[in-house]
Amino acid sequence: MAELTYRNAVAYGIAQEMRRDPSLVMLGEDIAGAGGVFKTTVGLVEQFGPDRIRDTPISEQAILGAAMGAAMTGVPVIAEIMFSDFIAVCFDLLANEIAKSRYMTGGQVTIPIVVRTANGGGSRFGAQHSQSVENWVMMIPGLKVVAPSTPLDVIGLLAASIRDPDPVVFLEHKSLMADKQDIPEGEILDELGVARVVREGTDCTIAALALMVPRALEAADRLEDQGISAEVIDVRTLVPLDTQTILGSVSKTSRLFTVEENPRLCGWGAEIASIVADEVFWDLDGPVVRITTPHIPLPAAEALEDMAIPSVDRITETVTKRMG
Amino acid sequence: MSTQTKDEGLYDYALREPRLPAPENRENDRIGIPTEARLEMYEMQQLLRQFEKRAYDLFLQNLVKGTSHLSLGQEAVATGFGLAMKPDDFTFATYRGHAHTLARGADPGPVLAELLGRENGILKGKGGSMHLTSVEHGMMGSYAIIGAHLTIANGAAWSARMRGTDQVAVCFFGDGTTNIGAFHEALNLAAIWDLPVVFVCENNLWMEYTPIDLITAVANPAADRAASYGLESIVVDGNDADAVYQIAGQVIQRARRGEGPSLVEAQTYREQGHSRADPAKYRPPAEVQAWKERDPIPMYHERLLRLGVPEGDLSTIQQDVARRVDEATEFAKGGAMPGEEHLLTDVWADGGSAWRN
Repeated sequence: MAELTYRNAVAYGIAQEMRRDPSLVMLGEDIAGAGGVFKTTVGLVEQFGPDRIRDTPISEQAILGAAMGAAMTGVPVIAEIMFSDFIAVCFDLLANEIAKSRYMTGGQVTIPIVVRTANGGGSRFGAQHSQSVENWVMMIPGLKVVAPSTPLDVIGLLAASIRDPDPVVFLEHKSLMADKQDIPEGEILDELGVARVVREGTDCTIAALALMVPRALEAADRLEDQGISAEVIDVRTLVPLDTQTILGSVSKTSRLFTVEENPRLCGWGAEIASIVADEVFWDLDGPVVRITTPHIPLPAAEALEDMAIPSVDRITETVTKRMG
Repeated sequence: MSTQTKDEGLYDYALREPRLPAPENRENDRIGIPTEARLEMYEMQQLLRQFEKRAYDLFLQNLVKGTSHLSLGQEAVATGFGLAMKPDDFTFATYRGHAHTLARGADPGPVLAELLGRENGILKGKGGSMHLTSVEHGMMGSYAIIGAHLTIANGAAWSARMRGTDQVAVCFFGDGTTNIGAFHEALNLAAIWDLPVVFVCENNLWMEYTPIDLITAVANPAADRAASYGLESIVVDGNDADAVYQIAGQVIQRARRGEGPSLVEAQTYREQGHSRADPAKYRPPAEVQAWKERDPIPMYHERLLRLGVPEGDLSTIQQDVARRVDEATEFAKGGAMPGEEHLLTDVWADGGSAWRN
């Protein structure tokens, strides 16, 4: 048993998989000598050498292209895109090539890629280095989307993503990097497409992702004090989406709140709300409520950013008000 | 014509000075290529020509749907490189990829069936003309948004080195691709990583409907950029299969020996419009005519006669190819329309498309 931060869990998971599969390689900007700008790849080049941990130019298209070409010819690849905002620079590769080539070729190619990227706000970096872009990637057929909230999930879901034969976008949250957790000995392997009930409750369900999970849990503690028993679900993977866990919980509690860091329009919670409305409508005792960042570019100032992203206060107040 | 001013040439490109081909180099008769290989290249050029003409005919019959971009006039490039590659080398092409797919040995029947949207198409009808792929022949895909596939070819070359093979990736693209960012990202990465990749620009002088020289900072859109990446500037007559084959052999061997990437600019011309919807009336008539006189196939035919190949042998090849194209047509027309059972398959490696439980 060792205590690891979320940040260290990334390198821990990559190292576990690189030891298991000697063909696995990784490329990205500043990942080797510098250990990553978020220090998520520290120590890897020393362990696995510069042929397997490769620094690249600031060329996001070249990074994802090289990853795709290698993956489709038998070499599994982890590609790092430094900030998830930069996915926009290489969106053609991700959305048009990596995601679609298997279908377009009638199943001729397999593309085992994990695109790791630092996602989300809280760092006061402004609108081009703080976005939550899970909705950008979730909408593309052919991409799997994973967003862990704990160090243990980072390792287990990263291992599952690497072993998955399909392209996976793996969103590491910048504001969770310092979170710590005890990690058991031995191989850690989780499963994509499985949400987790992280707190049981009976009055309402709160579905959250990544940084919103600890906030939802803290809100649930406060709600308990007010006599509201909230069940909290960590969605963990958006594609594949574990709708059964969510639908089961909503059928039990009869209310659903989603807590989303992404700007409002087309956030993942909208899809879940639609599924719930379609499939367990008669189990609901009230409207599905989405708690999201407003539909704005994320501001830089501490005070403004904190107003924008759903906080423990806003989650607690919204649930209290809408349950009342 | 008399009322048109000089300025109109700035947007009415048919009024511009024609850009004429270099004259045929008869010295290329003496390139040391065995007759057997030359006959193979003659046959391949015939196949590419007759296939593309058939694709066009089938479009006129409303059997080929969607869009298609033909390689008519550009057959020598795919042919020369195709013959110079080993079976396990990788090809990457653009939407103008019929020729590059056939040049790697893919059966014309399933390729034509794909254009007709049939179940027996090489992509089961899911990709169409612009995405032809035949992994078993090393044809790793046709990519319809220019630029990206240069970066993907790098990855295949990188993988070859990591897997310890001597495979080479050859990536074809048009002159228009040299002005998109991914071109430059790919060239730089290939150079700094010394990748076994060959980039082949088929400069057909027209970026879709616009003359490439009007929108490019240098005269030779690929070759003049080579120095930026520490590469040799290479221009080849893209209408002469022997010249292409010779340079292809050199740059592919260089890559295979671990001596890094190359960038080749093959100068050629498309006989028709950019895509099937384009009658190409924007080109100076004298330019079209001059390049037609430098058509790679009659030129190659004459060369083989000069080298002593009997006319009868060439006629036999033409007729054999015509029969193959007829058979491919029958195969394609005979294919069923894809059924609903194919719609939701092959998104994921498990064969399905489920995104939720």
